[in-house]
Amino acid sequence: MAYSVNGATVEHDEEGYITDLSSWTKELADVIATEEKIDMNEEHWEIVNFLRDYYDEYQIAPAVRVLIKAIKKKWGKERGNNEYMYELFPYGPAKQACKIAGLPKPTGCV
Amino acid sequence: MSILHTVNKSPFEKNALSSCLGHTKSGDGVLLIEDAVYGALKGTKSSDQVEAAKSTVGLYVLGPDLAARGLAADRLLDGVTVVDYGGFVDLVAKYDTTQAWL
Amino acid sequence: MSEAAGGGATSKKFLYVNRKAPYGTIYALESLEVVLIGAAFEQDVSLAFIDDGVFQLSKGQSTDAIGVKNFSPTYRALGDYEVTKLYVEKESLDERGLTLDDLMDVTYEDEDDDYEEKPSIRVVSRSELADIMAGQDVILSF
Repeated sequence: MAYSVNGATVEHDEEGYITDLSSWTKELADVIATEEKIDMNEEHWEIVNFLRDYYDEYQIAPAVRVLIKAIKKKWGKERGNNEYMYELFPYGPAKQACKIAGLPKPTGCV
Repeated sequence: MSILHTVNKSPFEKNALSSCLGHTKSGDGVLLIEDAVYGALKGTKSSDQVEAAKSTVGLYVLGPDLAARGLAADRLLDGVTVVDYGGFVDLVAKYDTTQAWL
Repeated sequence: MSEAAGGGATSKKFLYVNRKAPYGTIYALESLEVVLIGAAFEQDVSLAFIDDGVFQLSKGQSTDAIGVKNFSPTYRALGDYEVTKLYVEKESLDERGLTLDDLMDVTYEDEDDDYEEKPSIRVVSRSELADIMAGQDVILSF
């Protein structure tokens, strides 16, 4: 199972998470987002970039509760809440956004 | 016959290093790998026994396992030689046989 | 049984006891993963580091050359999961020639105190840790 980006293939697991985290590119993120039926805008990108920075620093994808709390601290409560985050990522902000960000499934998600 | 002894257990948790040192002969080598690299530290409750062994046996410790655990060279007992994976292979070749203290 | 501070009436006190060095065995990583998963249940969680477990918090870990993941940065994320009590046993440090300076800085932001950064690591004596264990509802050992 693999995504196709500019003629290259990037392997993913059965749920769509890429297996080699270093193979992520912005182009790949757009491909994954399309599969997830998400049209990436600036706000999506801010969440995706935030997740990548978080992973870079702590080596984990944060649980959704932790993510929303962190977003709230950074951008205020009009963005740091469930409704807003599920509007951006209808199938779960942590799961879907992490997938697009090229991270593993958040620890604690089953 | 010279033996290269390898130990991979923490000296604070298992007696493998202590038992190994008690069974070495002059001219043997002891290579500390994985969690046994803590045995190369100075100022611990196992340091004295390792210190005492170095007059008769060669003491080596695997650098990649030290780095993984955040242990810098200045924390090691004097006289312990840090080797990389290539050095590990050289040691195996240098001694007549190898014994792993699991 | 007293109600846990910061938790509701159903909140229990959980203590995860870590006794193994990282990387040589899988215990340290497994414990950390269970802590992160368990944190979703909003209990009153503490971690204890005794015996070789104190090595889990050593600063400067770099695993590139042994080909396994360096999970030490994840301890610094525990504050985000509201895990803010990391008890490190003084006797275990002493036996290994370690001091608090040899350990990573792990902090949490206190929401009740204007997000002030506070240290999560608390060095305690063996007898203090015995008291901490005695005060738990559930102890999980790794």
